[in-house]
Amino acid sequence: MSTDVQKFPNQFPISVDPRFPADSAGPRDRTRPVSVGRPAPAVAPEIFKVGLSDLCLSYRTQSGERLLALDHINLQVHPGEFVCIVGPSGCGKSTLLHLIAGLHPQTSGQILIDGKPVQGPGTDRIMIFQEHALFPWLTVGQNVEFGMKMKGIPKAEREEKIRHYLHLVHLAKFEKSYIHQLSGGMRQRIAIARALATEPDVLLMDEPFAALDAQTRDLLHDELERIWSETGRTIIFVTHNVREAVRLGDRVVLLTFRPGRVKSEFPVELPRPRHLEDPTVARAAREILDELRDEINRSLAAEYNDGVKPRIEPGVAGGSRV
Amino acid sequence: MKRAARYIIFYSALFGLWTLLAELKIWPPYLFPTPWGVGEALYAGFQDHTYWIAIRVSMQRVLIGYGISVVLGMILGLGVASNKFLEETMGGLLVSLQSLPSICWWPLALLWFGLNQNAILFVVIMGSLLSVTLAMEDGRKQMPKIFGQAGRNLGAKGFKLFWYVLLPASLPFIVSGLKQGWAFAWRSLITAEMLYLSLGLGQVLMMGRDLNDMSAVIAVMILIIAIGYVVDGVVFKGMERHLQNKWGLTPAT
Repeated sequence: MSTDVQKFPNQFPISVDPRFPADSAGPRDRTRPVSVGRPAPAVAPEIFKVGLSDLCLSYRTQSGERLLALDHINLQVHPGEFVCIVGPSGCGKSTLLHLIAGLHPQTSGQILIDGKPVQGPGTDRIMIFQEHALFPWLTVGQNVEFGMKMKGIPKAEREEKIRHYLHLVHLAKFEKSYIHQLSGGMRQRIAIARALATEPDVLLMDEPFAALDAQTRDLLHDELERIWSETGRTIIFVTHNVREAVRLGDRVVLLTFRPGRVKSEFPVELPRPRHLEDPTVARAAREILDELRDEINRSLAAEYNDGVKPRIEPGVAGGSRV
Repeated sequence: MKRAARYIIFYSALFGLWTLLAELKIWPPYLFPTPWGVGEALYAGFQDHTYWIAIRVSMQRVLIGYGISVVLGMILGLGVASNKFLEETMGGLLVSLQSLPSICWWPLALLWFGLNQNAILFVVIMGSLLSVTLAMEDGRKQMPKIFGQAGRNLGAKGFKLFWYVLLPASLPFIVSGLKQGWAFAWRSLITAEMLYLSLGLGQVLMMGRDLNDMSAVIAVMILIIAIGYVVDGVVFKGMERHLQNKWGLTPAT
């Protein structure tokens, strides 16, 4: 991690969990084999799967003032890593995913995928939205097929992959169903299958389980972990739920409230498979929550401020309670 | 079937009233024909193929005109919905143009295209184009944004994005506009056909007037209503039901 800080001098101080050694931010020994090997750092500078450097986004509000949404975000994600981004609502964490997906241009800074800058959307980075992003006019099978069809993959291969990925999410029986006939949990599994079918390197998940009930969410956590270890994809997972982040992530990145900045990063060294109810998960989450609480307070203060858009001077670090 | 009973009662009452008024002979029969007079006119019209030909010619025209309207209207509507400049300028113009009855284009159409089928088609297109455009614009705006994002994210762009994502995603929101466009196209067609010797239903209706044959006039009116009703009830209702089943929307009652 220390080399990264030198490479990006204006990165904000990283608080490292004292339980873990400081140099352990990358993918570590897990219960699964790491499919992509990392080159030795001494030989060549490491090429990250996803690299964000000084990424900024500002936009004009309706009243005409410029609002800084994301402020010099620096983040490196290793191949096969599962990174969770947490932050209070309004910190721009979903926006960050949209930028990585190429759905929206950044104001300044760089987004690199395998060292190459992002130019618009690409099927190497597939997004899984919170809900309602499956196409209701298509059957489950056709939804999974969609990305492959756009890529021009031949019909026979598409059909084989539809079966493969529906099987992976245990929904093979529902190939001919329409989306509205399925439950919320099934829909998100289809969304995962649809995303995986284009064989992306990176999955961008935008609070995918936020609208689900607790039992379904637990189940999908297990499934996602299994799919991740089976396919070896890199995952960037946005959530406001710190426990969920600790449950799933190799690393948890905490963003500040408006403008969104990387406040701290927490490596999660707990053995997998983990459970949401594990005391170790709860303890790790507690620590992150303590830091998050300041940001939540700031977001609440802004909300209670009768809709007046808060203007936070760039350069002022978060943490002031109002 | 209570509904069927209500239908039977209502239509027999209407039919009875019509027969009664005709039988009372308040007006001479050539001004107020009896139901069977109209029935005979219908039979005769189909017997000598006049109505078959008229229906074929009219349907052909309305399909061509409406088809052009749908294609143009979708392109225009999409343009207006996705371009702020177009929306601010053309959006208002389109709404104000909608208050203009399409037959007002007839004199211009005659000068531009001459006294032929193209003039009629032009009036039909002007009649339905605005409805389709406004419906498409509205549909594109009402359509959840996430579909477009998901489509682009999965690698769809340009025409593919329109054809495979934006169009099907906005269909439930534009189907009522398409239906309205059809109704306007059909009305514009009949009006235009009445103004010029054209073989269509409109002309057959005017022929009845020229021959002072009100039975024939009413017979053609019934045909026009019936065709409009069948297209609405079969084609558009079917489309709506199909979409509702796919999307899982509750049918509007």
